Amino acid sequence: MIHMEYYLVVSTIMFFAGIFGFFYRRNLLAILISIELILNSVDINFAVFNRYLFPGQLEGFFFTLFAIGISAAETAVAIAIIINIYRNIRNIQVSKLDKMKH
Amino acid sequence: MEIVVFYILAAVIVVFSVLTVTTQRILRSATYLLFVLFGTAGIYFQLNYSFLGAVQLTIYAGGIIVLYVFSILLTSPDGDKIATKLPKSKLFAGLVASLAGAVLCIFITLNHTFPVSRFVPGEIDMKTIGFALLGTEKYQYMLPFEAISVLLLACIIGGIMIARKRG
Amino acid sequence: MESAVLIFVLPMLMFMLLGIGGKYMTHRTAGRLGTLGLTVITVLAYVTAYRYFGAGRSGGVWLPQTVFHLEWLRFTENLQIELGILLDPISVMMLVVITTVSLMVHIYSLGYMKGERGFQRYYAFLSLFTFSMLGLVVATNIFQMYIFWELVGVSSYLLIGFYYTKPAAIAASKKAFIVTRFADLGFLIGILLLSFYTQTFNFTELMSGNVCASASGATFLGGSVIAWALGLIFVGGAGKSAMFPLHIWLPDAMEGPTPVSALIHAATMVVAGVYLVARLFPLYIEAAPELLVGIAIVGAFTSLYAAVVACVQTDIKRVLAFSTISQIGFMMVALGVSGMGGHAGLGYVAGMFHLFTHAMFKALLFLCAGAIIHTIGSNEMSAMGGLRKYMPVTHITFLVACLAISGIPPFSGFFSKDEILTAAFLFSPWMGVLMSGIAGLTAFYMFRLYYNIFWGAEAKREHTPHEAPVSMTAPLLFLAFVTCFAGFIPFGNFVSSDGVEYTIHLDGKVALSSVGLACVAIGIAFRFYRQASVLPAKMATAFGGFYRAALHRFYIDNLYLFITKRIIFAGISQGIAWFDRHVIDGAMNLTATVTQKVAYCIRGLQSGQIQQYAFVFLIGTLLIVVWMVFL
Repeated sequence: MIHMEYYLVVSTIMFFAGIFGFFYRRNLLAILISIELILNSVDINFAVFNRYLFPGQLEGFFFTLFAIGISAAETAVAIAIIINIYRNIRNIQVSKLDKMKH
Repeated sequence: MEIVVFYILAAVIVVFSVLTVTTQRILRSATYLLFVLFGTAGIYFQLNYSFLGAVQLTIYAGGIIVLYVFSILLTSPDGDKIATKLPKSKLFAGLVASLAGAVLCIFITLNHTFPVSRFVPGEIDMKTIGFALLGTEKYQYMLPFEAISVLLLACIIGGIMIARKRG
Repeated sequence: MESAVLIFVLPMLMFMLLGIGGKYMTHRTAGRLGTLGLTVITVLAYVTAYRYFGAGRSGGVWLPQTVFHLEWLRFTENLQIELGILLDPISVMMLVVITTVSLMVHIYSLGYMKGERGFQRYYAFLSLFTFSMLGLVVATNIFQMYIFWELVGVSSYLLIGFYYTKPAAIAASKKAFIVTRFADLGFLIGILLLSFYTQTFNFTELMSGNVCASASGATFLGGSVIAWALGLIFVGGAGKSAMFPLHIWLPDAMEGPTPVSALIHAATMVVAGVYLVARLFPLYIEAAPELLVGIAIVGAFTSLYAAVVACVQTDIKRVLAFSTISQIGFMMVALGVSGMGGHAGLGYVAGMFHLFTHAMFKALLFLCAGAIIHTIGSNEMSAMGGLRKYMPVTHITFLVACLAISGIPPFSGFFSKDEILTAAFLFSPWMGVLMSGIAGLTAFYMFRLYYNIFWGAEAKREHTPHEAPVSMTAPLLFLAFVTCFAGFIPFGNFVSSDGVEYTIHLDGKVALSSVGLACVAIGIAFRFYRQASVLPAKMATAFGGFYRAALHRFYIDNLYLFITKRIIFAGISQGIAWFDRHVIDGAMNLTATVTQKVAYCIRGLQSGQIQQYAFVFLIGTLLIVVWMVFL
């Protein structure tokens, strides 16, 4: 019998790893990967809460399902944008993306 | 047995998610992400959500990671050698903030008294999932299902429009 | 009668069609389309007039009919603005006048404006003007009238400034707009006062007679509020109709194309003021008869002033412009001296009759002047002379119009002017004598113009003048025809102050004396200007200062300039400008400077880096969590 809190601890670590990546990385794709981590950790939480706290219901399950779908969509569009950026400035480092600022 | 499997999965997830964000090479980063996603799928299987695990494997591991790898190869012809270095202070600040956040969250999680929680085994019937997904009653998900299908269509079109070469 | 709605709507559609689609049309298409549209409108107007007068009187009077009615804006129970079409004798008469003159001008412009830049725009504006003017005359309520009143002002502005590359035209259009705008302020205040105290905009209700009773208690500075309101409304009418001292815009308005002068500044728009007074005539009689005397005096003075100035001008369009002002003065006098009903109401009939005949012959005069200017290329009399050989049609039609305006029988002007004089004698012998004198002056200056243009010494010309094309002479002939015979219309049958039939009798003494006076004046003009003569110069030296003053229009324009430039601009506006620039702008600039300085200090926070923002966000979240959980 595994306690629910164990799962939550794992997902928390994953979540903050994602947060850290989001701050730390300078590559747009790496930032996107960090966001995937964050999303995944939340998915785990949904599934776990559903299974442990409300076993008779399906809300958490479907939330996870839809979150996976939406993250797929988000990734597709983000990657399209990143490729477009790369085509324009041959670089995807965030520090270089300041053309519109000046 | 379950405990052992859980610890293995937890170790995989924790180690690789940290590696994902700390490695300097972006392609490795994507690969580590793949392992994390596998671990997550494993957790879903362990929770008896086989359908969710399958979806996780096919969409994330099968689809999204391939997309990442392709785009990494497209955008970094040099294999991502030139990762710009950050000032140490910023790295430190990010690290401290994240760690503090993690510690805080874990602390709260462990101190919080949840309602009676117990693992109720039992696979969800595909029929149940199907009815819930396409029904219009309470706790049924026809509307979000349709909304997400429209969203995906919009993404397909939007992705093509953004990424296509302008003549 | 429902065709009246079409009369109302069709010109608007024409305007939109020509204004929006004009770019894609050739000149010929746009011109023909505009003319065709107006032909239809004219026919409809005639049909409406025929039906209205054909239906006969009921109870001995012409009943006003509202053939179309729409509640446009409803603010409260009492305050509603309506749009509608009111047919009564004067509005039907105006419909006929406006559409006829407008049609003639449309046809004429096909020739006159040929090849001009912006030909389509010109026709679009003409349609807009026709629409506004028709809307004005059929207004069922005073507010609708005000709306269209402003619209005619706008279209007049647009048409005066048609040659927008000419600085003089731009200045003239601005002058016309601003002067009439000032007058319209009076009109608006008058409308608001009137409707506030009578609780209605509607003409029919205003005429019903019991509205004055409801407001009789209210007085202001010794006069009843209704009288004040009517006085202010007259100010608006005076501005539009170029009554002294608001006349200064009309002579300058001659910078516009000549057909426009004929349509707007001779026949239709400038008589809107007369029409306004006629429209509210029962109210004037009932609430403020003393105001009518004032109107008569203003009209008489304007008439005299303009006639004197017209005698010395050398620009033929200016002469006609002052002549117009003078004739409108006649109409105002006629309305001012009129009473209600029967023989006392003769002035009203005469004023409306003169409005009708004047529209025809003055449009004719302007169109003739246009034909002359078209071939000579100048407005100055000195460039003309001896034109009768080259332009026979223009010559004859111009002569007809001159005889009409001078009041020689059997031309139309004789009948209408004679009735005005009769009405003036009826009011007071002094007024009668004065107006007869002005009529004599009219004959003099018109024939001065006539002889200077068509007789006298020929100026040196680079090419021989030629007769205008048929598209221009046809309207001339038509209008000359109308001018010849319009006098025999039994006008009193159709229009009278109380709607009861009134048969016009010629007053033998008045008719004889006025015709005699006109003949003497024509004789003097003949003697002076038939051939090159030293007499005019002698007269000019004899009158010396007076002549120079008249030539400069008695310095009224200079007076206006002095008041605006020296007193208002230099005295008042500059102080205000200083305050505005240093105090108000200063305060604003201070605010802006402070904001900018502060912004420079803190702009580092706004790095544009999402990651930095997210970091701050996380720190904030953590702090809030700590605060909520542990404290």
